[in-house]
Amino acid sequence: MIEIRGLQKYFGALHVLKGIDLDVEKGEVLSVIGASGSGKSTLLYCINGLEEIQGGQVEVDGQNVHAKGADLNKLRQKLGMVFQQWNSFPHLTVQENVALAPRIVRGLDRKAADEIAERQLAHVGLGDKLRVYPGALSGGQQQRLAIARALAMEPDYMLFDEATSALDPELVGEVLETMRMLAEEGMTMICVTHEMGFARDVSDRVAFFHQGVMEEIGPPSQIFGEAQSPHTRGFLANVR
Amino acid sequence: MSQPISFFSGFQPSDLLFLAEAAWRTLLISGLAISIGTFFGIIFGWLLYEGRIWASLTLAPVLDIFRSVPLIIQLVLFYNFAPILGLNLDPFASGVVILAIYTAALVANVARGGIEAVGQPMRRAARSLGMSYWQDLRYVALPIGGRAVFPAWVGVALGVMKDSALVSVLGYVELLKASQILITRTQEPFLILSIAGAFYFALSYPISRYAARLEQRWAHA
Ligand SMILES: Nc1ncnc2c1ncn2[C@@H]1O[C@H](COP(=O)(O)OP(=O)(O)O)[C@@H](O)[C@H]1O
Ligand SMILES: [Mg+2]
Repeated sequence: MIEIRGLQKYFGALHVLKGIDLDVEKGEVLSVIGASGSGKSTLLYCINGLEEIQGGQVEVDGQNVHAKGADLNKLRQKLGMVFQQWNSFPHLTVQENVALAPRIVRGLDRKAADEIAERQLAHVGLGDKLRVYPGALSGGQQQRLAIARALAMEPDYMLFDEATSALDPELVGEVLETMRMLAEEGMTMICVTHEMGFARDVSDRVAFFHQGVMEEIGPPSQIFGEAQSPHTRGFLANVR
Repeated sequence: MSQPISFFSGFQPSDLLFLAEAAWRTLLISGLAISIGTFFGIIFGWLLYEGRIWASLTLAPVLDIFRSVPLIIQLVLFYNFAPILGLNLDPFASGVVILAIYTAALVANVARGGIEAVGQPMRRAARSLGMSYWQDLRYVALPIGGRAVFPAWVGVALGVMKDSALVSVLGYVELLKASQILITRTQEPFLILSIAGAFYFALSYPISRYAARLEQRWAHA
């Protein structure tokens, strides 16, 4: 379970997250929506410790992420993350991309790491691309590679930061399908997304962020049907 | 040369061997200097990248000096002043030291550029998989950045090899010095310099070819 209490985040003088309280239960799929610059990405970075925080706390399975001496490398193995830019490692084959972290971080031998890679790549539909270099893949394939790479660490949570925003429209579907598949398998997911269809159909809850504040959170029916906040309604009116 | 030297005599087959040995010494001194210089250059480049403010105040100006003062002046100064510091280095060792520092100063900038080319998002992706700082550096940042600046590094290496000719001012008999000796004796500068040039080419061409081959292999597309 992820428990966020009174989270404050500043970049210098810029107050980016203004007291966020949020619990994400095991198995839950949470979509995070909101205008660009509202602090959604930063929230994810604060959850896996890629950004420091200036107030409040974040706990993952009871472990304080920002405590002094917290083993972030260990913690991040539980928290897979997929970015807007897929960041494939261009010097490694598709299979090596996925097998690298299991080998050097989890300490598996080459054979076991390769097997995990093969399995995860087959899972996201890239089973026939093992020996190819990422440069030869489409954006959608590279993003699925990024998902497989994260899954190979066998995480308990997956954080998606606008996983489809950098893709050509015709490639969005295959990535959303993969995310939907993960959700159906019971993965706990926090998905920052501009895909309102995905947020409505796949998530258990939707959170709307506005200028560093979580303005509203609730089941999709509430957010998309009877949003309380005028900001939420305004945002949704614009994206649709 | 034990037999009495007639001061002027024509080019002899044994002179070719003399030049070949000198070419070997050029290869030796530049190979050593480039290896050592590259090793430290990568560390300096990493310091410049990570150290930001303090590195740009301390390390960067020092490297700037070695990059901008002509190599020949550095060599002569170092060779003549090192004994005062208690360092008694022969021309070869002095040449290696100065060429290595010079290489390191050039490679530092190349290496910093390489790390910068990798970019924060890629580094974060690596860290998000649970990689430590060093794992990210070793398995992601350096291989990717290294490939990005490899052509620049090859340029530095080939340049240093040619610049190693300057060590001849200290009396180290590498290719250029050997040519000068032969020219004085044979009075055939055109022939000797052509042969020396051919040797320099023979040393650098395989390197550029091999580098081009590597680059081609890395260009996965
Ligand atoms: N590393 C950073 N340094 C300074 N400002 C940043 C940094 N990252 C993000 N910001 C700023 O923080 C605010 C929130 O950014 P972000 O979390 O990326 O928003 P979103 O993902 O919702 O678009 C923006 O104003 C952005 O410019
Ligand atoms: Mg963002």
